[in-house]
Amino acid sequence: MDAVFKALADPGRRRLLDRLFTSPGLTLGQLCEEMDMSRQAVSQHLALLEDANLVSTVWRGREKLHFLNPVPIHEIYDRWVKKFERTSLKALEQLKKQLEGERHD
Amino acid sequence: MTRTEHVYVMYIDSTASRIFDAIVKPEFARQYWLHENHSDWKPGSPWEHRDRETGQAKIVGKVVESSPPHRLVFTWAAVAEAADPNAYSRVTFDIEPMDGMVKLTVTHDQLIPGSSMEQGITNGWPRVLSSLKSFLETGKPLPIWVKAASAR
Repeated sequence: MDAVFKALADPGRRRLLDRLFTSPGLTLGQLCEEMDMSRQAVSQHLALLEDANLVSTVWRGREKLHFLNPVPIHEIYDRWVKKFERTSLKALEQLKKQLEGERHD
Repeated sequence: MTRTEHVYVMYIDSTASRIFDAIVKPEFARQYWLHENHSDWKPGSPWEHRDRETGQAKIVGKVVESSPPHRLVFTWAAVAEAADPNAYSRVTFDIEPMDGMVKLTVTHDQLIPGSSMEQGITNGWPRVLSSLKSFLETGKPLPIWVKAASAR
């Protein structure tokens, strides 16, 4: 689970996951096209995401295709998010708004 | 027409046979999936994904390949669309022992991009697989998933 949090902690890696969410099965080359990062950086990010099992890969001939694998995120959701009732989350959100509002006033 | 695919991977502390059985045996599937898969699991045979409460088929298809305990392939369509050959997608389970764990890969391909089926399965598989892992490793399915599903 540490690997998942670490992998999600980087905005570039989150962008890669977003891209794979909308376009499953992209190659490294295709993923590089819309990223303002070097091919090497994208490749390193992908390796980290793969180690965290957030990206699954399939070899098709000589091409490696990348897919978003949200299963570990679902485990985190089950473990860390669902147990907090929606009502208490709402209460916290309101508290945050009030406190931040006070500071700006 | 272009089709799309999704690939889900999960590592489970179990055996390949137990994972295979958890998919094909109704008495296991009903516990973590809330549905049962019924078939004789011979290539070419029909299979049905049935609601465990009503017994009603929700998904139907044909068995393409069954090589227990490592590989299972079947086609997949909503009952309402079963007459339309274009509505069928395909599900492949690859079950391989790896580093003392078992790697389960679920490949759902030949989906129509943006279809309600694609939306449904992208919501469904992560839940089902989390619940399967919990069921096999702790003997209990995820209670939260059971609650969420029965609320629908």
